Amino acid sequence: MTWHLECTINDAPVTRDIPEDLTLLDFLRDHLGLTGSKGACLEGECGSCTVHLDDAPVCSCLTLAAQAHGRSVCTVEALAESTTLDPIQQAFIDTGAAQCGYCTPGLLMAGRTLLDRTAFPEANHLLTSIEGNLCRCTGYASIIEAIQIAANESKA
Amino acid sequence: MIVSRTLTVNGQSYPVAVAASETLLDVLRDKIALTGTKKGCNVGDCGACLVMVDGQTMNSCLLLATEMEGKSITTIEGIAQNGVLTPLQRAFVQEGGVQCGYCTPGMVLSATALLERNSDPSKEEIKAALAGNLCRCTGYTGIIRSVERCKNYREDGTCAKRDEPAGKPASGNGRPDLGGAAGGSVGGSVGVSVPRVDAVDKVTGRAEYTADLSFQNMVYAKILGSPIAHGRIKKIDTSKARALPGVLDILTADDVPDTMYGVSPARYDEHILAKDKVRHHGDEVAAVAAIDEKTAERAVALIEVEYEELPVVLNPMEAMAEGAPQVHERYERNINTHVDHKFGDVEGGFAQSAHVREEVFTGNTIYQCPMEPHASIAMWDPDGTLVLYSSTQVPHYVQYMMAHVLHMPLGKIRVIRPTVGGGFGGKAETTPLDICAALFSRRLGRPVKMIYSREEMFLHGRGRHKQHMHFKIGVDSEGRIQSFSSKIYLDGGAYSSFGVATAYYAGSVIPTLYKIPAYKYDGYRVMTNKPASGAMRGHGVPQPRFAFECLLNMIADDLGIDPVEIRWRNSIDPNTLTVNEMEVGSCEFRATLEASAKKSNWNEKWGKLPLGKGIGIASGGFVSGAGYCIYRGQVQLSHEKPREPFVKKSIFPHANAIVKISEDGMAAILLIGAAEIGQGSDTVLTQMCAHSLGIPMDRMRIRSEDSDISPLDLGSYSSRVTLMAGHAVSRAGEAVFEKMKPYAARLLDCDEASVTAQNARVFVQGDDSRSVPWEEVARKYFNENGPLVGTGCYKPPDGLGGDYKGSTVGTSPAYSFGTAICEVSVDLETGKIKIDHFTDYHDCGTPINPLAVHGQVEGAVAMGASETIFEDVQFDEKGLLQNHNLHGYLMMSIMDAPEIFSGLVDSYEPRGPFGAKEIGEGSTLPVLGAVAHAIANATGVWIKDLPITPEKVLKALREKKSATAEKVASS
Repeated sequence: MTWHLECTINDAPVTRDIPEDLTLLDFLRDHLGLTGSKGACLEGECGSCTVHLDDAPVCSCLTLAAQAHGRSVCTVEALAESTTLDPIQQAFIDTGAAQCGYCTPGLLMAGRTLLDRTAFPEANHLLTSIEGNLCRCTGYASIIEAIQIAANESKA
Repeated sequence: MIVSRTLTVNGQSYPVAVAASETLLDVLRDKIALTGTKKGCNVGDCGACLVMVDGQTMNSCLLLATEMEGKSITTIEGIAQNGVLTPLQRAFVQEGGVQCGYCTPGMVLSATALLERNSDPSKEEIKAALAGNLCRCTGYTGIIRSVERCKNYREDGTCAKRDEPAGKPASGNGRPDLGGAAGGSVGGSVGVSVPRVDAVDKVTGRAEYTADLSFQNMVYAKILGSPIAHGRIKKIDTSKARALPGVLDILTADDVPDTMYGVSPARYDEHILAKDKVRHHGDEVAAVAAIDEKTAERAVALIEVEYEELPVVLNPMEAMAEGAPQVHERYERNINTHVDHKFGDVEGGFAQSAHVREEVFTGNTIYQCPMEPHASIAMWDPDGTLVLYSSTQVPHYVQYMMAHVLHMPLGKIRVIRPTVGGGFGGKAETTPLDICAALFSRRLGRPVKMIYSREEMFLHGRGRHKQHMHFKIGVDSEGRIQSFSSKIYLDGGAYSSFGVATAYYAGSVIPTLYKIPAYKYDGYRVMTNKPASGAMRGHGVPQPRFAFECLLNMIADDLGIDPVEIRWRNSIDPNTLTVNEMEVGSCEFRATLEASAKKSNWNEKWGKLPLGKGIGIASGGFVSGAGYCIYRGQVQLSHEKPREPFVKKSIFPHANAIVKISEDGMAAILLIGAAEIGQGSDTVLTQMCAHSLGIPMDRMRIRSEDSDISPLDLGSYSSRVTLMAGHAVSRAGEAVFEKMKPYAARLLDCDEASVTAQNARVFVQGDDSRSVPWEEVARKYFNENGPLVGTGCYKPPDGLGGDYKGSTVGTSPAYSFGTAICEVSVDLETGKIKIDHFTDYHDCGTPINPLAVHGQVEGAVAMGASETIFEDVQFDEKGLLQNHNLHGYLMMSIMDAPEIFSGLVDSYEPRGPFGAKEIGEGSTLPVLGAVAHAIANATGVWIKDLPITPEKVLKALREKKSATAEKVASS
């Protein structure tokens, strides 16, 4: 069965007929060519596929594309404003928080959510904001630091 | 309206969401990612998008995707099964049925469908089946050979053996042994008709052209062209376009760098987007980037531009008149370039001539029409490097011009040339697509793709200059040329482009064929309100050569001398410095005359054919690479350096190569920036490098597409690649083998000097029983030194050319020669011309790959014949282009293509690699004159303005008839 999907992806209107069982992750990657969101476990364990659905972080591998109907999706590709990086992206670069880079899109989206919701995140906020995201390279310290720097900049 | 459809393509089901207006072609390419099906015209003229629908061949650009449910669609990707080519695909590979490859998917499908319904088609049936597929490279000859080879394949299980190849590769004649010339290794890859290295990719649809590439988050852009030929821009209102959902960005002249660009550094006269004024129909005014191509197209149509129309000038003579509208303020009387060349005693030569004849000839406006439209994709690396994918034949000059326009170092610009679907000079300059894509991408932070439609290709222009030629030749009583003068007005269009060089070329290459003791050339390239004229195959020379050859044939008639004989008597000798100081080295011009006359049975036909049948001859030749770079000085931005005085030497090597050997010694990777555009440069360069290394072709790979990987090469223009890049790659191969020699000597227990290599064995010269595997020697080198890499480069000889103004144009290390004999049938009732047969012999030095050489000749003959009788870009009185499509602009289809015999004469050019020189452009030059002569021979009337259409033939025949009637009446 197909579903007639109308939604907004990265501020652009998208209209497609899609299979009902298509995940949002596959829709983004295979139908729209937005391969920034990564699939690493496909069961919601790793967070590499995190995107914003109406400003809330979701694992796009656990979300049906049909669930995006009438809603707004934001992926890592839309984080930068044209050529200007989002502060959290710049902070990831400055602290060396991206190593292999596979978890990075999900961490950026998760971290961005925290900054959007909390003007003055505390240390435990930082940790809980990315508790659903696994990273095998960095040991997380540089990531926490990056989000903290981005938060400080947002305040300034 | 978006609907859901399930398409069955190559046996697979694809559920897709399609818009009601979407074509099958777009859905195949954009939604199913099967990009083997090509977009050449999008209106059903060219056949590049041909697919099979339920076994019937159809143009997928004319089919709506919504109608395709339940039908079985076969694309080129579905022809080979499990990676195994069909016999027909193999035949296309082996018989030279493929060059640029852009028409190939459609051709292969048409021919496959034909063989499925008729396993033993006649030549006429093959032509009829392929009549809807246009090819601009092969002259159709190799394609017909490919299909004929597969006749009856299914019945006997083997390919029918075809006749021997048309031309025999040269051999013998006391020339240096190729192995000796290569300095140590003897490869056996040179002089052999190996198939193209990219042919398999091209017959299976795997070859990726720029438009076939997609990148994450990519957007599209389109350009708005001027609807008028000349006018002032009063106001541009982009608000409606900006309001269209999906529009991301808009550029007008105010948003782009205010830097003029172009080709000749002294004449940068193009704005990125029109500033204040538009100068031709289609002049680029504004550009829109949007989430998809259709949105960008819709937005372009919403931009409102207010123009104040200005009067137009459409021919060079009118444009030069006092008071004519000025196209540019800077060119007085619209004269863009004036050439005033005089060598020897011209007046004295005419005074002492026994016979002088002068005639006026007119050329036509020709467009290259490569099957692949121009395309560019730009993106920026985070470190500020521009990555530009461009369908170009001159990646380095694109890099140079992008650096100029963007005020960036060349080193920060990476140009990638994907597979290119033909160039012929049309892709020899930086386009507004390259520049606008780069600017949009920088503003948006996303990859931006831009493609010209077929109509936009015509409006962008850069085709062959239309030339108005007044020629005068004086000869002695035996037909020997005493003096020659020419006055030429070149219709330049609205911008300089290559035109300065074109104006000089129109004169400079004329004296390289015949002994001309005195020569005057007065040339004017003039601005008009048409798309800019540029460089096209044979740059500037085909029309003057046509005029010269026609006039020489007229003089032969006047004096009762055989046209072959008059050429023989005037033919230049080897090792001659021409009157305009071009250094002709090897020259087998007379051999081409003799061979073509003999092969065509000239003596049995000339003067003996019935009315309506004609035979004609003309000759031609060209440079083997321009002696000088287009810009002066070293590789850096022109604004970084003062304008340097010209010195008669190359500042830097024009061709450069690196060879890298894999660590196990089993593969050699050749890195060279020479641009493969369909002419076969990747193949011949691989052959020469393999030969120098002493390994077979199957151990070679070539990477020529990426400026980050390969060193600088000036690109594919002026027929330079075989000679110049050929030297670079063979020297790089030699450098590798030199490094291997000490290790081989140790393994073989012999002197380094006596080490040689062939076919992946390294052995002692004169004793091939003492040998080691090539790879073993390479490994020994790697074990001790690390990477086994060799480099090579080529600089043209110092001091080429004279000391007069413009002396650099036409200089070259070597010159080619050729003669073509054409046979035609003309219907005297209707004027219809059928070009039946061509016999062409060429002196291209020693051929590196005879199959590739014949492919170039066959393509040049068909293209040249086509422009002689069919092609003409037409404008109305307001300067609006009338035939910007492939049904209004007629290029030769397989139904009209002549039978072509291509032959080569024994020759060896000491300045060329392995004795080779050019073929691609020189082979065009004899064609126009030979066709015109044959038509004159068939009808008794000379048509001196191109194209020679039935209307012109009929008119001339009627005029002749009434003149004869008057004569009879008055006598």
